[in-house]
Amino acid sequence: MRRMTVAILALVLLALPAAHAVQPDEIMSDPAKEVRARDLSRELRCMVCQNQSIDDSDAPLARDLRLLVRERIAAGDSNSQVLDFLVARYGEFVLLKPRFERQTMALWLLAPLLLLGGGLALWLQIRRRARSGADVPAPPLTPEEEARVAALMSEEPKSP
Amino acid sequence: MIAESGHYALVLALGLALIQSIVPLIGARLRDAALMNVARSTALAQLLFVGASFVALVTLHVNSDFSVANVYENSHSMKPLLYKITGVWGNHEGSMLLWVSILALFGGLVAAFGNNLPLSLRAHVLAVQAWIASAFYLFILMTSNPFLRLVNPPIEGRDLNPVLQDIGLAVHPPMLYLGYVGFSISFSFAIAALLEGRIDAAWARWVRPWTLVAWIFLTLGIAMGSYWAYYELGWGGWWFWDPVENASLMPWLAGTALLHSALVMEKRNALKVWTILLSILTFSLSLLGTFLVRSGVITSVHAFATDPTRGVFILLILCLFIGGSLSLFAGRATSLKQGGLFAPISREGALVLNNLLLTVACAVVLFGTLYPLAMEVLADFKMSVGAPFYNLTFVPLFTLLLLAVPFGPMLAWKRGDLLGVTQRLLAAGVAGLVAVAIVWGWASGGSTLAPLAIGLGIFVIAGAVTDIVERTGLVRLPFATVLHRARGLPRSAWGTAFAHAGLGVALIGIVCETTWNSEYIATMKQNDVAHVAGYDLKLDGLFSRQGPNFREMIAEFNVSRDGEKLSVMTPSKRSFTTRGSSTTEAALLTRGASQLYVSLGDATAEGSIAVRIYHKPLVLMIWWGPVLMAFGGVLSLSDRRLRVGAPKPARAKQRLQPAE
Repeated sequence: MRRMTVAILALVLLALPAAHAVQPDEIMSDPAKEVRARDLSRELRCMVCQNQSIDDSDAPLARDLRLLVRERIAAGDSNSQVLDFLVARYGEFVLLKPRFERQTMALWLLAPLLLLGGGLALWLQIRRRARSGADVPAPPLTPEEEARVAALMSEEPKSP
Repeated sequence: MIAESGHYALVLALGLALIQSIVPLIGARLRDAALMNVARSTALAQLLFVGASFVALVTLHVNSDFSVANVYENSHSMKPLLYKITGVWGNHEGSMLLWVSILALFGGLVAAFGNNLPLSLRAHVLAVQAWIASAFYLFILMTSNPFLRLVNPPIEGRDLNPVLQDIGLAVHPPMLYLGYVGFSISFSFAIAALLEGRIDAAWARWVRPWTLVAWIFLTLGIAMGSYWAYYELGWGGWWFWDPVENASLMPWLAGTALLHSALVMEKRNALKVWTILLSILTFSLSLLGTFLVRSGVITSVHAFATDPTRGVFILLILCLFIGGSLSLFAGRATSLKQGGLFAPISREGALVLNNLLLTVACAVVLFGTLYPLAMEVLADFKMSVGAPFYNLTFVPLFTLLLLAVPFGPMLAWKRGDLLGVTQRLLAAGVAGLVAVAIVWGWASGGSTLAPLAIGLGIFVIAGAVTDIVERTGLVRLPFATVLHRARGLPRSAWGTAFAHAGLGVALIGIVCETTWNSEYIATMKQNDVAHVAGYDLKLDGLFSRQGPNFREMIAEFNVSRDGEKLSVMTPSKRSFTTRGSSTTEAALLTRGASQLYVSLGDATAEGSIAVRIYHKPLVLMIWWGPVLMAFGGVLSLSDRRLRVGAPKPARAKQRLQPAE
């Protein structure tokens, strides 16, 4: 028990360095630039995390990246220059919004193509069926159903 | 002894499942009622044995029996009782046991309450359920046995991941699994229909309540998980487009589409083939979700490659069931007869549009989740897909869907009058536009799209109200008549209105939270005051306290507005000794639908502390929306038509059943 108390004390004294997301000391003095930095941060991936942006992540790497973004903004880079800089350094992996390129084309085009294709297919189907609609036969009855119909018909000979 | 009994019970359940997989099918082939009825007994017995196995694992966790590896790795003797119990499914092995327990529960429910099903349909459904169950029992027994013993039992456990030591773990996974696994029933019904080669409106009537139950749980499960992330992770995010979240969103989207297409099938005997396909796809996506989460492939493709046993096993199950069911579908679907005709502008047409948009949205999420994995494996190209991608693809699709939502329930079956419906929705449209104007004038800053989105939310809500007003004749008829008509209205109509209004409510919450969220990040010392969105938060002091298995530092904030004292907020930061990790416990102050949110960062040596304070306007509407949707689902489930269930089976078939 005593050893555990010592361990607890040690841990509390060490004050685990679990930073999280944007820290007070990172914020830029120019509010307009800070807004830009935040917007950019939301589009950049913390590469050691699971799909978290560096704006959300509390990993030390995310903090380094946030500082890097602010450094570039302070140096006068435009938003796209900052992104280019980070992609040159870390690869496309860092972008949460993949660029429209050969490898990502299928991903970006999927939704519009599916929507158009699906809509077109439906439209053709409906038109085809509407045209041939008149002569679609009702599903035929199974023998049991025929028998049941016959039974019902004979049960009630009188019509109201 | 308990561990061995639990293990043995699971093996027995596997044996029963294997019998249930084969015997009822032979019975159906031979038209032997006794053999077909085996399914009923085995399904109930399976539930009993899996239940016993689950109870055994819970007992081991509650007793802190550290000679069992699973308990040692995920529990601690000092952990509060609630977390000892919830810790059972806070790990891979236990959560798989929960998965099969819920599967057995659903199988048992079909067996117990499926008396009005035709005997051979019930036999087929339960046999398919048993195929799924057998595969997962084998998976647990061969790769993820929770009952393994340790040779040298340690005296203390390694504790549960602190983030999971929360009431959220008690509710979120069971809810989610009830949803995921619940869709297995519609899957089994679809396969049974394909095997039998017979499907009609009655089939849809049997499937719809089961789908609805699964959908209600999945809706609540996702909402609950989102709220949990919101208050536990410490910065107020509630949706991350994380692959694990996507894994639960995909079955939800497909399941929502299924609910709507089953409606068309039940009412109009149309869209049969599509409904069958959606039943298969919905559960396939549940399986895919299980694979993504349980195989670890998401965390890292490489980690998956180094220890692939579990992943490959689930992948095999996945391929077997998805491939098998889709091949069966491809072979048999053409033999299914197409039913009722309808014009493009009709209730059916609107539901088809709903299905198209939901399916494309689901495909976007599926692609966004799997594309990076595929590119990494196939093209050695590492890329990420995150929130900004979905904002550009998923959001427009849902906007279209929401625009169409009010029109759907007001269009007539077979042939609708779009112009007429537009006129009837005029009031709702005006309400939406007024909302846009008000928000435009009142709000400062933020995106220009925000007022439009809020207008859309109001339009959806007003549209749902309009539908009810029209159906009850409110305004134009005397009040007594209205009351009478309101009472006579089918519960499903109320359900539709509530569920659709829920969409609008959630949308408004999402837009307000993301657009007008105020944030204050600073280092504060004692007696410092933070001003956020009209609230003053004064840091009264820092205290530390010893919890059962953690030590926490608490900051006390006095919250006031215009000099009037409102409340005290006490966010804290917990350090868990055993795992050496910490969690932030945010403090929340609810004012109407808005919340103040305070969480703590690091303390410095001089006694000051990093603080993050947010004011999140109308944030709670994000979760009220899904709760309304689920409530709508419950109302619809209590509808007389569904409660009475399907029509009674023909007498000839009843005679086949032996005395029970």
